[in-house]
Amino acid sequence: MSEPALDQGPDRIDLEVSDEIAIQIVNMNKWYGTFHVLRDINLTVNRGERIVIAGPSGSGKSTMIRCINRLEEHQEGQIIVDGIELSSDLKNIDKIRSEVGMVFQHFNLFPHLTILENCTLAPMWVRKIPKKEAEETAMHFLEKVKIPEQALKYPGQLSGGQQQRVAIARSLCMRPRIMLFDEPTSALDPEMIKEVLDTMIELAQEGMTMLCVTHEMGFARQVANRVIFMDQGQIVEQNEPEEFFNNPKSERTKLFLSQILGH
Amino acid sequence: MSDTHAESVAYVRDTMLPEKEPPGREVGAIKWMRENLFSGWFNAILTIVSLYVIGWILLHLAPWFTHMVWNAGSLSECREIRDELWGPDQTFSCFAVIRDRWQQLLYGFYPAELYWRANLAFVLFLVAIAPVLFSGLPRKMLYFSVLYPFVMFWLVWGGSIWLPLMVIAGFGLGALAFVLASRVNGLVAVIVAALVPVLWWLYLAGPIATDLQRIAPLAIQQVASKDLGGFMISLILGITGIAFSLPLGILLALGRQSDLFIVKGICVGFIEFIRGVPLITLLFVASLLLNYFLPPGTNFDIILRVMIMVTLFASAYMAEVIRGGLAALPTGQYEAADALGLDYWKAQRLIIMPQALKISIPGIVNTFIGLFKDTTLVMFIGIFDMLGLTNAIRATTDWNGIYWELFIFVGVVFFVFCYSMSRYSQYLERKLNTEHR
Repeated sequence: MSEPALDQGPDRIDLEVSDEIAIQIVNMNKWYGTFHVLRDINLTVNRGERIVIAGPSGSGKSTMIRCINRLEEHQEGQIIVDGIELSSDLKNIDKIRSEVGMVFQHFNLFPHLTILENCTLAPMWVRKIPKKEAEETAMHFLEKVKIPEQALKYPGQLSGGQQQRVAIARSLCMRPRIMLFDEPTSALDPEMIKEVLDTMIELAQEGMTMLCVTHEMGFARQVANRVIFMDQGQIVEQNEPEEFFNNPKSERTKLFLSQILGH
Repeated sequence: MSDTHAESVAYVRDTMLPEKEPPGREVGAIKWMRENLFSGWFNAILTIVSLYVIGWILLHLAPWFTHMVWNAGSLSECREIRDELWGPDQTFSCFAVIRDRWQQLLYGFYPAELYWRANLAFVLFLVAIAPVLFSGLPRKMLYFSVLYPFVMFWLVWGGSIWLPLMVIAGFGLGALAFVLASRVNGLVAVIVAALVPVLWWLYLAGPIATDLQRIAPLAIQQVASKDLGGFMISLILGITGIAFSLPLGILLALGRQSDLFIVKGICVGFIEFIRGVPLITLLFVASLLLNYFLPPGTNFDIILRVMIMVTLFASAYMAEVIRGGLAALPTGQYEAADALGLDYWKAQRLIIMPQALKISIPGIVNTFIGLFKDTTLVMFIGIFDMLGLTNAIRATTDWNGIYWELFIFVGVVFFVFCYSMSRYSQYLERKLNTEHR
């Protein structure tokens, strides 16, 4: 895998992490039918943490973060987000979902709505914010991801990188306290990966709590305060990025790193 | 090539090429004909054969249009005029029957002095449908669209104004019950909102309307259902069917995708049953069988029964068309809506349905057109729609033996309406297309 431009310059982001717990996952297990996808996951995320989750495909990384906003249902154990435990109670689920932003691999913008409407829809219908205010917020975040001039276009008219930045802005418009990224750059051309990563770095600098499934190891080195390595539905190793990359402990991690960084 | 270093293997472009026009195409009729009609010897033969067939058909149809009789009181009169003008044994058409009977074909046995009411109902229909079809019109007009069914009912059937008002009141009571009960619980509110109006309509609306009519008589001349007919009945059945089958179809499609076992089972059972039975069977059930199941003495209007059957029939097809649209949506759309915290109904309304319906427009309009044309089947259960009336007209001594002219008229009237629907759907598809705009 080619390393993007991130490795060259910018210094590592080192921000204080608060003691307050944002997400707590305790002994979580999940099955698809009889297939045991997630096994005894234990993870505590403090507010302000920037966690990168890596691992081979099929290792359960995406499934794990999708459990955090209940796009996937877990069968055993506890997931507590912002002090609310995820159960089948629909009210709790909707509440957590409106606090937790998510960015998808394939952007999943709403193609029948303009960029601006994509960004104002959830604030207006979930948070009941007046249209004018929602539009101001939307423009604020669109400026932040550097595409305010596209506000009145439709998603189909934008490039992949621009669409992904809109997707980030759309999530931010809900003013989430936690952001989940599910392979946000995997569907992008190499030229567009950087613009999306830059947006994410900026977000990290502002102290957003982030969980990010990605193969961008440069991003992990620069932004993450913790890297988690998963394999076969289990957390195999987690450490600070320096230690993780320079001094991996488990054989499985070493093999993985040699494969993705080796050439 | 001055801007490149073509002499060396290593190649560097100094200037980027500007955008150019595509090569100009020769235009003209000859070019067009060569490409579209005579592009090869086989196609040339096909073209010549086709032209011959088309010419032959036109030649034989021509007398129909050159020998038209518009002014006559009966078929024999038509023939006399033909003999006089073009000589006997000439092919001719006797459109005088349309001139003589067009009002009957359009209005059935509706009292002639009340035609204005039917006309007014039709004009108001155009006013009511306009804001639904064209988003450029003021949104306030939609209030009238909502009220229109009651206006139409009253104008067409006549009678006391209190009955439609009491029916409207039922909706009002339902809404009130919903607001009051939603303080208790969401599910209770839905049940109460459905139950209160039904009870009101079944037990209270009729007697109260009668009493009010006694106190304050406000009525226009009543027209019985058996007098309705002609194209008017097709329009009434078609419009109510279209208006109700779409929402019902959406609910059925959603129900079929539901995780709730019983809801899903009911929807699947309903759709498969209705689709498996011919419409004419359902119409016979409506006209004959239903009376056996209803308590004796219940007067359940035949037109209302047919309306319900036609709507149910179309909604089953509609559900499948919409299910196709739902299946075409990527799961990412559901996930994105979920991830933003939209609940099921909001996600359906704002994200899923607008896209699924857009995908299904051709299928939906297809179903609408089918439904509209199927309304002619009511002739088999004794309702005189246009086709039924052609039989009735032929049964008179004046017009005994006339077929084609009547059927052509019926065909033209239906074509105008169906083709308009088709054109509108194309317009809508273009308007909703957000790709590469």
